[in-house]
Amino acid sequence: MSDHTSHDQDFLEDGIPHVSAKEYLAGFALSVVLTAIPFWLVMAKVLPTPAITTLAILAFAMAQVVVHMVCFLHMNPKSEGGWNLLALIFTAVLLVIVLIGTLWVMHHMNSNMMPATHDMQRMQDMQ
Amino acid sequence: MSESIALNHADGSPVFLDTEGKHHPENGTLLGFWIYLLSDLMVFGSLFATFGVLAHAYAAGPSGGDLFDLRLIAANTAILLLSSITYGFAMLAMLKRNVRATIGWLLVTGMLGLAFLAIEVYEFHHLVHLGAGPQRSAFLSAFFALVGTHGLHVLFGVVWLVVLCVQVGKWGLNRTTTRRIACLSMFWHFLDVVWIGVFTFVYLMGVL
Repeated sequence: MSDHTSHDQDFLEDGIPHVSAKEYLAGFALSVVLTAIPFWLVMAKVLPTPAITTLAILAFAMAQVVVHMVCFLHMNPKSEGGWNLLALIFTAVLLVIVLIGTLWVMHHMNSNMMPATHDMQRMQDMQ
Repeated sequence: MSESIALNHADGSPVFLDTEGKHHPENGTLLGFWIYLLSDLMVFGSLFATFGVLAHAYAAGPSGGDLFDLRLIAANTAILLLSSITYGFAMLAMLKRNVRATIGWLLVTGMLGLAFLAIEVYEFHHLVHLGAGPQRSAFLSAFFALVGTHGLHVLFGVVWLVVLCVQVGKWGLNRTTTRRIACLSMFWHFLDVVWIGVFTFVYLMGVL
């Protein structure tokens, strides 16, 4: 950590990112906008269908996660020699597998489930 | 290529001298803590997946649209976001070695964390009072498990903040306390990232 070698920085642990107020304020301003818009979209029912609103708020959520990662958690390809970012990408891949995989598998199980007893009773009554 | 010269101790075990001064990193705590946070993220990922599967399993009970008050959630989101920037100010004060400002901003962050928890406890109490407790339906079990786990993390974060304020007050800012402040900063911002998922998936999509 060559940028810490000056004597007055000795109280700082190695590897603490040198953050700036500008970084935090930019992250905060962006987050406020990216939070306010989805709340407004849902509370004021701006968009025509719930499906479009869902897609829109998911896009805003993903954008805000990136803003937090860069501005607040100081992710960049160089921190800790790249290991921070590599671990994050690995976890993101696992998360996508767990989330999409679970929803996919459980949705199919649900669709192909044998009808429960009371459903069959109802079907018989209808005949 | 790093060159090293191998010597032997008296008992025959080797001694390694790194001639290029590329000794191993003195400290892996920040990276290790980041790895812990990512494993915690997997815990939340499983809870999110569970909630996603059970999100419509109302058991003829109330749905999110019947129960959630988005104004309350908007207030909580604002509080948590504000606490992220106040923690950022604590980090900036720490880099300038300003002990009093660091403790002050950490305390402000802790107060915001407590306000968040107070609103969440009020919300949970209100839901249980309505008969919409975790035992009512699979949807509500998954809801309380996910949001409750996030709330517990915030609670532990507040406890940690108080402990750090005491330590910084006692020992000032040194390598140990700055390392702990940097770790808690990651923890705190991480909780805000998880909250983005909670308010989007659980609350906003719940009332759609």
